[in-house]
Amino acid sequence: MTLRSVLLGMSSLFVLVSAAGAETLTVATVNNGDMVRMQKLTGDFTARYPDIKVEWVTLEENVLRQKVTTDIATKGGQFDVLTIGTYEVPIWAKQGWLVALDKLGAGYDVDDLLPAIRSGLSADGKLYAAPFYGESSMVMYRTDLFAKAGLTMPAAPTWDFVAEAARKITDKPGEVYGICLRGKAGWGENMAFLTATSNSFGARWFDEKWQPQFGSAEWKTTLDFYVKLMKDAGPPGASSNGFNENLALFQSGKCGMWIDATVAASFVSNPKESKVADKVGYALAPDTGLGKRGNWLWAWSLAVPAGSKKTEAAQKFIAWATSKDYLALVASKEGWANVPPGTRASLYANPEYQKAAPFAKMTLDSINSADPTRPTVKPVPYVGVQFVAIPEFQGLGTAVGQQFSAALAGQKSVDDALKAAQDLAVREMTKAGYIK
Amino acid sequence: MSTQHSRAAARLLVAPSVVLLFLWMIVPLALTVWFSFERFNLLMPATREWIGLTNYRFFLTDPAFFAAILNTLLIVVGVLAITIVGGILLALLLDRPMFGQGIVRLLVIAPFFVMPTVSALVWKNMFMNPVNGLLAWLQKAVGMAPHDWLATTPLFAVIVIVAWQWLPFATLILLTALQSLDEEQREAAELDGAGAIARFRFIVLPHLSRAITVVILIQTIFLLSVFAEILVTTNGGPGTDSTNIAFLVYAQALLQFDVGGASAGGIVAVVLANIVAFFLMRMIGRTLEG
Amino acid sequence: MARRVTVTQKLGFTALAWGVGMLLFFPILWTVLTSFKTEAEAVASPPSFLFFDWTLENYTEVQHRSNYVRHFLNSVVISLGSTVIGLIIAVPAAWAMAFQPAKRTKDLLMWMLSTKMMPPVGVLVPIYLIFRDLELLDTRLGLTVVLTLIDLPIIVWMLYTYFKEIPGEILEAARMDGAGLWAEIVHVLTPMAVPGIASTLLLNVILAWNEAFWTLNLTAAKAAPLTAFIASYSSPEGLFYAKLSAASTMAIAPILILGWFSQKQLVRGLTFGAVK
Repeated sequence: MTLRSVLLGMSSLFVLVSAAGAETLTVATVNNGDMVRMQKLTGDFTARYPDIKVEWVTLEENVLRQKVTTDIATKGGQFDVLTIGTYEVPIWAKQGWLVALDKLGAGYDVDDLLPAIRSGLSADGKLYAAPFYGESSMVMYRTDLFAKAGLTMPAAPTWDFVAEAARKITDKPGEVYGICLRGKAGWGENMAFLTATSNSFGARWFDEKWQPQFGSAEWKTTLDFYVKLMKDAGPPGASSNGFNENLALFQSGKCGMWIDATVAASFVSNPKESKVADKVGYALAPDTGLGKRGNWLWAWSLAVPAGSKKTEAAQKFIAWATSKDYLALVASKEGWANVPPGTRASLYANPEYQKAAPFAKMTLDSINSADPTRPTVKPVPYVGVQFVAIPEFQGLGTAVGQQFSAALAGQKSVDDALKAAQDLAVREMTKAGYIK
Repeated sequence: MSTQHSRAAARLLVAPSVVLLFLWMIVPLALTVWFSFERFNLLMPATREWIGLTNYRFFLTDPAFFAAILNTLLIVVGVLAITIVGGILLALLLDRPMFGQGIVRLLVIAPFFVMPTVSALVWKNMFMNPVNGLLAWLQKAVGMAPHDWLATTPLFAVIVIVAWQWLPFATLILLTALQSLDEEQREAAELDGAGAIARFRFIVLPHLSRAITVVILIQTIFLLSVFAEILVTTNGGPGTDSTNIAFLVYAQALLQFDVGGASAGGIVAVVLANIVAFFLMRMIGRTLEG
Repeated sequence: MARRVTVTQKLGFTALAWGVGMLLFFPILWTVLTSFKTEAEAVASPPSFLFFDWTLENYTEVQHRSNYVRHFLNSVVISLGSTVIGLIIAVPAAWAMAFQPAKRTKDLLMWMLSTKMMPPVGVLVPIYLIFRDLELLDTRLGLTVVLTLIDLPIIVWMLYTYFKEIPGEILEAARMDGAGLWAEIVHVLTPMAVPGIASTLLLNVILAWNEAFWTLNLTAAKAAPLTAFIASYSSPEGLFYAKLSAASTMAIAPILILGWFSQKQLVRGLTFGAVK
């Protein structure tokens, strides 16, 4: 050990001692790449605010959601900054569980936030969570396979085209499957995809009187289409595939198309991880000409629970993590392609970003074309594109997701699955008091 | 031999455990019973009210309820069957002379030390995945179509994972019991001309009966509430094919945040567990008495 | 071994036992191997067994992201603490049950065991509320208490079955010598009971180390043990097998090594009265 390192060690000990009197923020976040990057860059924040220390609780999405929800609902007060999604924000804001973010500072530029995202995170004109990254869904496809099959992907394809192309590309003995879609049961897994897709087929979860609509012809068409397509052109084991499983399949060259979160684009185009990095094209999520596309809208966002005693420091942190400066910081350290996407208009106007991220335009278009307040063709009493923003949805969505996943696995017919879903939904909505 | 004095002392010594466990049981249980009669959703505190037996009615009529009971029992029975049969075979094998016996033992007991979440994640992603998994690769290598474990045989997949974790435990107990078997007895039987199967049937197996009983009892306690393995691998699906009681209660508590419903489910689970415990004691108590 | 075994037979048993042993151990071995691969290699098909570019990048990444030492220490404190406290409470109880059995002893034992059968998630909210009011959330103390209570029935039962094997005559003899109750426990019983206590200790440290419901749900940053450490590497968006494998290896290794070194101790008392 050199003298220098000893001195360094001692001085860091000093810093620790002096920081002991400082305020400590406990930040709960998801273990996705962008958040992990934020965690690694904490040093930049603490350098700006030396009297604030940051403790991280980084967990897998489902575990995090359970913990954070239990804590906020029981006012346990274990966290100062929460990472939550567009599903939670409207529900929690209505309960008065979140602090309105009005101290983000002068330079924050709230108006730069993408309108679709911002509206999803506001209630009564007040912002209750600041978007850290936003996403929609889109089609990612293999340009080489399309060229080989003599197909051209339009910028805004229809479901019919997608289905036809998927069947054409499929080469099961060669382990190339025309299309990879989510099948694993869960409200944020297969139901995110299927709910968004059903919107484009004209279906809806509930009518204006909260009556479940799984008996409708539109849902039957949606589920029929999905199950048949996956049977003909999907990979084996699709009923247990979520985002990650499909990502691994696509990256190892086994999918012709994949319709999923726009953030996936930065993974599939990363040559370090993906075998097909230079052969990926992007298109809008498909439609059936009814006026709605099958893309969703989601934003992982930072919020302050009402129980926190450190709201000022927490807002300083949120302002830092969702600012333009933070985007520039990530760009300077890891390149523009790794910047958290989907939150600020200024990012998409930045030519350097456009150059580094070939999927930028398609991401922005997808986000802009989603409308959480009017998600469906027919009118609905709820907010949310790929979810229904009521507290009961997590449980109900997962139960319905299990039925649809069983239909995909071939253990149930489409009709039986829909019937079961309808019964479940009626039961749950009656129990919760929506249906009188 | 017990005098008044020492009996009192014995009570005193037992008291701390009993009191603590009683508190640990009764306080949450009382709260749980209370909550189970309420409409109490954590996410909607404003709607909290007394609703009598409604939560029980909904839990007991849940379409998944009977499937869940059946699955709970299947998991218990399936894992017990695999670990006991496998454990006896392994114990018989490990009891034989061989080179490097110590190391083989270490290999065999290792799975017991692995956290359930870790083993579930490893099995699901690296072994049972029908495209990237090692098992699928093996099947493809011999020209078979890969078996989709978690979709077509979800409950069996869960049983395999759980059995892998508990096999070492059963093996260890059975092996210890086997090694205590009188060598002379075996040899005498051998001299009588009893074949290997007869020897096993009439000497080894009766000797192991206590050990088997113990394995059944201890494992049942843990197997009734298998949960992490299901959550990580199949999420109870497809459909409700791998939903057990513990998972059903979980869905109420941590997906719907329906504390009332989860409490009712918890109480039902306790009642069911006690029924199982009762029968278990009837069957097993006698063997352990001896 | 009195039985005569030919070398061929011995070789046969050796091969068979090693085969089965390797098969059972393989998932762990595979996890360790995967932890030295790159993410892309971890999902490669056909899989590579030994001939890949060995890398330490996953371990570096995990070190960089998580405070492993803190999680590890939390695990040690919680699992050891809960087991030791459990033993202190349980030894007298088990002793009394074994040597002064009352009519209801068996029922009492069974009742204790049955407290373990309730699915923990059913009582999460009540416990969470109690912990919040006692300010025990995210504290090692709180977790230690919970795990003590969870493992207490098993501890009592293991000790009870072990103590019952100790012949009563020895105690009688001690009593004849005029030894008091306390002396009886300290000088006569304890030395005989040490193997049983040791193995109870080991088994329960293992169970507490691997407990993944309460440790995950009642902690945040300060008291989170290795189970929470694992949860920060499972299933993010993106490839994760290799990093998860590295984290898993780090989480399992301490307890696996402890278990291997002490397996003789573990086995000795792990009979639950199964061997007479």
